Order: sequence, then C-alpha cells, then structure tokens
Amino acid sequence: MLAKRIIPCLDVKDGEVVKGVNFVNLTSEGNPVELAEKYSKEGADELVFLDITATLESRNNVIDLVKEVAKKVFIPFTVGGGVRSVKDISELLNAGADKVSINSAALKNPKLLNEASNRFGSQCIVLAVDIKRTGSSWNVFSHGGSRSLDINAIEWIKEAEDCGVGEILLTSMDADGTQAGVDLEITKMISDMVSIPVIASGGIGSLDHFKDAFNIGKADAVLAASVFHRDIIPVQKVKKYLTENDIQVR
Amino acid sequence: MIGVIQYGIGNIGSVKNALDHLNIPNVVTADQNQLSSCDRLILPGVGAFEPAMNILSDLKFDLFIKDWANDGKPILGICLGMQLLLSSSEEKVVTNGLDLISGHVSQLKKGDRKIHIGWNKVEPLGKNDIITESGFAYFVHSYVCRPQNESHITAQTTYGQSFTSAIQKDNVIGVQFHPEKSQGFGLSILRRFSIGEI
Repeated sequence: MLAKRIIPCLDVKDGEVVKGVNFVNLTSEGNPVELAEKYSKEGADELVFLDITATLESRNNVIDLVKEVAKKVFIPFTVGGGVRSVKDISELLNAGADKVSINSAALKNPKLLNEASNRFGSQCIVLAVDIKRTGSSWNVFSHGGSRSLDINAIEWIKEAEDCGVGEILLTSMDADGTQAGVDLEITKMISDMVSIPVIASGGIGSLDHFKDAFNIGKADAVLAASVFHRDIIPVQKVKKYLTENDIQVR
Repeated sequence: MIGVIQYGIGNIGSVKNALDHLNIPNVVTADQNQLSSCDRLILPGVGAFEPAMNILSDLKFDLFIKDWANDGKPILGICLGMQLLLSSSEEKVVTNGLDLISGHVSQLKKGDRKIHIGWNKVEPLGKNDIITESGFAYFVHSYVCRPQNESHITAQTTYGQSFTSAIQKDNVIGVQFHPEKSQGFGLSILRRFSIGEI
C-alpha cells in the first residue's frame, strides 16, 4: 500500500531557511543543506524548497543550493519559487531537483503547464496554489500570496490538472503559520475532485492535524515547516503517531 | 568501475550522486568504449518507452547492451531502464524492447491516483540477491513489467493490484523503483550491485 508522505518545507531567503505567519514576519530557522540532511535522516519522505525571494540574483544561488542538497539527500525533492519558463525548469532538474513547483507563472500563462508536463513528464510538475477563503469559496493568490486574483481555486485546479500537472500543493494562507490545522474542507474537496496527489499545507501544529489532513482531508501528503524547524514535532514522532492510528507511513 | 549509460533520458545526476556518496568509482557517459571497460552497467531512465527505445537504437545502444548482457556481464535497469529490458511495451504505441527478459510492459491498473507516485513496500519473492528484505522504496510510474517467466520476479509491490517491482534473469537485473531516491533501503541495493554482491 502506498504510504502517506510527510514533507518538511524549507522556505529559503538569501541562503537561509525562514518562516513567517500568514506569509509575513519572517524569522530565520537555519541552514537549508543542514536541515535537508537532518530531515532526510529522520525519515522525511520528501523535501520541498521554496525560493521565496525569487529574484533574478537569487536564482543562481538556488541552483547552487539544489546541487549541494542533491549530493547529500537521497529522497525526492521539489524546488519552487520564481519558476517562469521551461528553461527555468530544465535548469533546476539538471541541478538535481526531482520535481519543480510552479505558481504565479502558471496563473499568468497556463500553457506553461502543458509545455512543461509534455516535455518533462507530469510526474515532475507540481502546481502550487495559495488560497484564501472568501465566504463559501476559495480564491487564488499569486506572487507569494501578495496578489489577490479573481480566480476560483476549484476551477483553477481543474484546469491545471487538464494541463497535465502531476501533483497539487495546496496552501491555505488563512492557516499558514498559525498552527491551527489545515483547511480540511477545501483539502477534501480538491482531493475528491482530482486524480493526482494532493499535498496539504498550511497550519500544521499538532499530531492530530497530520492525522486529520489524511483521514478527513483525504490528502496524499502533508507539508509542514515550523513544527519541524523548531523541533516541536520531530518527523519520527509524526510517523509513530500515524502508525498507531492505522495510517500507512514509511 | 560502474558505468552509467547516458542517453539523454532522465535525471542521471541523482544516480551519480548516490554512487559518489557510496564511494563507488563510476563514470556517466555515452561513450561505448569507455562503458566497455566498466565492470557493471546501470541503465537509468524516466519518461516514455518509445522515445527512449528510439534513442537507444539511434545511438546503437540497443546492440551494445544486448552484447553486454549476452556476454554475461551485469546490468541494472532502473525504472524505465528496467522496462526497456523486456520484450515490448504497450505504452502509447506497441514498441519492441531489448528483449533480455521475456515479457511485456503494460499499464498499471488504476490505484487511487493515476500515477503510482510515492513510497511503497517492496516485498522480496523467494530467495534472491537483489531484495534481501522488505522495505519502502520511492516509485514514480504508471506502467509495469509483466515477465513471462514468474521465476524472474524477485519482488512485488501492491498498488491497486500486485505488480512486479524487481526482476532478475542471471546477470540482467531491474528495479521499478528509484534506489537512488530511496534513502537507506535503495542505497544498500546500489551498493550491493556495485560491489558485486548481486
């Protein structure tokens, strides 16, 4: 049986791992290569790196970082942040990334998703979607959560799946950094709707949040940051707890 | 010396990184003279069967690999590299493979999701040199190998249905998962293949 995945997320800014609350007030959490190695040894199933500066200057640093991590970490890892073109994707994959996550550039030009998945295969194209609840629906935000778009999350994800993306990384901005649990309602809706894996992200603060994201949210994987960086819940503890609750993990 | 066949398909860097990490001398190249002087070969691969097979035959790698295997020298196919060892595949169009192990490649009957992606349990079948114990490995694929002779199956995994996750016919070996991305479980398989335990 396929195991549910636990994915530590490293938000990288100026060569350091940082974390904020609701996408702002960033604090430093450590060195990305050291943290990546630590998590993979502790049993993380995958790693996600997001370059949250995503400026032109930071791109080369990210490529160097990907190369360094690829030499030390033997689990899959996804890199995202500022990915704008097939060329950007190709550079990251060549540097050693296994998957690339795309967000703002796909909203601007959904054809990028077709192009990327045809060229590199669906399995290495992840669509990152940042969403906020407005009344009874969810809206999509771009540019690291700074721009509100008049796009419905469900419609957008449906379209992206048709364009060939291989996975959905769904982040609830309302929940992000609050440690109040993932948005189970939208996670379940998306998960029931698509036939590709859904990674639930934003708001993980307790062991029960992991369990609920799988059992109620029907997520295939859960991504979290603060709880791992700050040693609030080590990866092994999550695995042990999920096993005790009859959720298949590695 | 381990030779990793570079034929322009898939993320070969990660196989090299894993071998380097294990301190195993290796060369990643498309140069057949250089590969000929290696002790063992790895055929990696991610992507679709037909384009990969076309590239192999354009570069005359199909004959090279067949000769290599028929000389009794060890070769390990990873993921698509494993599938290419079989007789044929029905992925998109029916395409002949290297036919080093009789059998066909066909679509994995649907699990919960259309691609089998993630960590799944590899269960050894009988006594074999590749998979000495069960463990979790990282998979990314939607087609699977169906060897004609069941004695060539060395491990199975379940996703919707039970499928072949490792094969061996004498010196020809294949794994459907990515050992280079399967941390300790996978690295130990690469190490044992490389030092000649498999």
